[in-house]
Amino acid sequence: MAYQTTIEQTVFRFDDLKQLLAKATPERSGDQLAGVAADGPVERLAAQMALADLPLKAFLAEELISSDEDEVSRLIAEQHDEKAFSAISSLTVGEFREWLLKPETGQRQLEAVTYGLTPEMVAAVSKIMRVQDLITVAAKREVVTRFRSTIGLKGRLSTRNQPNHPTDDSYGIAASAIDGLLMGSGDAVIGVNPATDATEDYIRIVSLLDELRSRLAIPTQTCCLGHVTTAIRAMEKQAPVDLVFQSVAGSQKANDGFGVNLAILKEAYEAAKGLKRGAPDANLMYFETGQGAALSADAHFGVDQQTMEVRAYAVARQFSPLLVNTVVGFIGPEYLFNGKQIIRAGLEDHFCGKLMGLPMGVDVCYTNHADADQEDMDTLLTLLCAANVNFVITVPGADDIMLNYQSLSHHDAVYCRETLNRPPAPEFEQWLREVGLTDAGGALREGPAGGPAQLTSRISELSLLSEPSLLGA
Amino acid sequence: MSKPETISTTISADVSGTAVPVETKIGERHLDLKAMTDARVSLGRFGSGLPTKAQLSFLLDHARAREAVWTAADGEGLQSRFAALGLGVVAVESLAPERSVYVRRPDLGRQISERSQAALGEVTSTADVVIVVADGLSSSAVDINAVPLVEAIATRLGAIGLSLAPVVIAAQARVALADPVAEALGAKISIMLIGERPGLSAADSLGAYITFGPKSGTPDSRRNCISNIRDGGMAIPVAADAIVALLRDMLRTGISGVALKDAAARLGDGR
Repeated sequence: MAYQTTIEQTVFRFDDLKQLLAKATPERSGDQLAGVAADGPVERLAAQMALADLPLKAFLAEELISSDEDEVSRLIAEQHDEKAFSAISSLTVGEFREWLLKPETGQRQLEAVTYGLTPEMVAAVSKIMRVQDLITVAAKREVVTRFRSTIGLKGRLSTRNQPNHPTDDSYGIAASAIDGLLMGSGDAVIGVNPATDATEDYIRIVSLLDELRSRLAIPTQTCCLGHVTTAIRAMEKQAPVDLVFQSVAGSQKANDGFGVNLAILKEAYEAAKGLKRGAPDANLMYFETGQGAALSADAHFGVDQQTMEVRAYAVARQFSPLLVNTVVGFIGPEYLFNGKQIIRAGLEDHFCGKLMGLPMGVDVCYTNHADADQEDMDTLLTLLCAANVNFVITVPGADDIMLNYQSLSHHDAVYCRETLNRPPAPEFEQWLREVGLTDAGGALREGPAGGPAQLTSRISELSLLSEPSLLGA
Repeated sequence: MSKPETISTTISADVSGTAVPVETKIGERHLDLKAMTDARVSLGRFGSGLPTKAQLSFLLDHARAREAVWTAADGEGLQSRFAALGLGVVAVESLAPERSVYVRRPDLGRQISERSQAALGEVTSTADVVIVVADGLSSSAVDINAVPLVEAIATRLGAIGLSLAPVVIAAQARVALADPVAEALGAKISIMLIGERPGLSAADSLGAYITFGPKSGTPDSRRNCISNIRDGGMAIPVAADAIVALLRDMLRTGISGVALKDAAARLGDGR
């Protein structure tokens, strides 16, 4: 079906829904690379105007990628709940934006429509929302998940402590993890991106992290972000796997490129449940996504990268994850060119994830070939805290020496806690106080004096550090 | 005021990351995180801020990495240095006319310009192997590491009787640009030496991508890669040995890429 709008006697015509969505998307290099972007700001506005007038129901009548050839499209159709949709079924995209912004629309209403919303509806409304709109609505939508800590409570900010090392060296990983813990980082997860995909290394890494966590009695989870099939092999050997990780994308073909499909994800989810490491209702999965992933695998079917991103959230929400984050600035300037594009995309992904019911976090980050810097990251982090983001990722000194990009530093989490008043998960907050890392007011204590002695004596009991032969270097 | 945190505890590790056996008495030694990793651990803090020195040193590293991305490699200098080694040289460019286009359009960086195609057409070569030296995302990687690495590879190829086409210096190039170059020169194997995306700690890493039977449209799964070639990463002689070992396996098996390891194992150690 074709769509059109007229601006001062000029008629702008859009051939189909996916072209309309693509042309309505705020400028980004990935859509330009794919050749689907608007020709300029006026055509973009024309598309946004046509989109604003489109009934939400139109998204149920026209598929962007046919269900016949794509299991993600089939999943999206299956997830759609007609009853949940009824509250908003008469609205256009433009009216839906206004409904979201109304003060009367709060947590209860937003939660109720979660499965009435398809990724395409959510992507569509985000395209006609300003940064401030994205923050205002996301801040109203609380998504809480639990394992050993409770993540996503309003007014709090959790952190993933990401102790990566270029060769997966056990000491290197331990050093970075401890550095983060001493700065109060790690209540969402202590999670390592491994340099290799060998099952033995995966098992060594989760065992190391599990010992660190249990010796120090930290109320958090650990994770090795290897491939899901590696996690399955490790779980078969009874390795201490808290969370199963996988990168996911918004089409079956793109997920093929990651070497996964819905059946494999389900198998991993069942295996993690079978380990019974958390309460029966604990959330056990961890997913990463990012705009541009589908295009980079030539699996976007002419759909814009932001809509493809939200389709990935349909995959994620099928498995009740503990954590989901976009790796927004990681994928490079051919998808998000500069700080402005990265900042907007980070806020879009967070907003869309929350509306879809996901416990959304963001890897606030950039690469050295993007036109972005630390100040862009300060801006995005501050805006995300205003939007009530569930968690962010922190590494020592903002420099990930394995993945060669800049994420946030552990220091940035201190800024969020102490300047923006965003304490971590309540269980972790209590732990920090009990081991003496923070004072009664939750502020990080100064220097070596006082409390940390009991923590450091426990660190010294780690078998890795006292008996090097156990884990190997 | 706070200072960089040192925590009294019982353990220590030497710089190589190997643990030093220690007694377990509290307070005798420091937990020296810096000795255990190159990551920016134990930086210290003032409130949530970094100490000034750490802050500025981070910004300097970022400035260096940006410079590596945005500065052109020294093409003329490379040409004369290769010539001094007795190697022929051809300079080519991709369809990306400048850096700001190059970073946005990876597709253009994979294709060769018409002018360069013509220049390659004038080269008569029957060589087995072509080495392409490409700026990629780090000009400093190329300026510092390309000439000694090419010299080390050329010596090893000569020793096993393989002939080398003129070295191709490619500007605004991605990995796959080696395919049309090798096709034009009729080489059986291409070795693409390309500046890797710079990290903060290392802005001068070179990556090597080796492809058997390269032609336009070759998928990346058909290439073998050796990365982090630099002083402080993989040393040049070690990298040259590894590249030539891969190349010999390719000549024995007739393939390259993810399937190479298994195919070479099936044939046994033919060296």
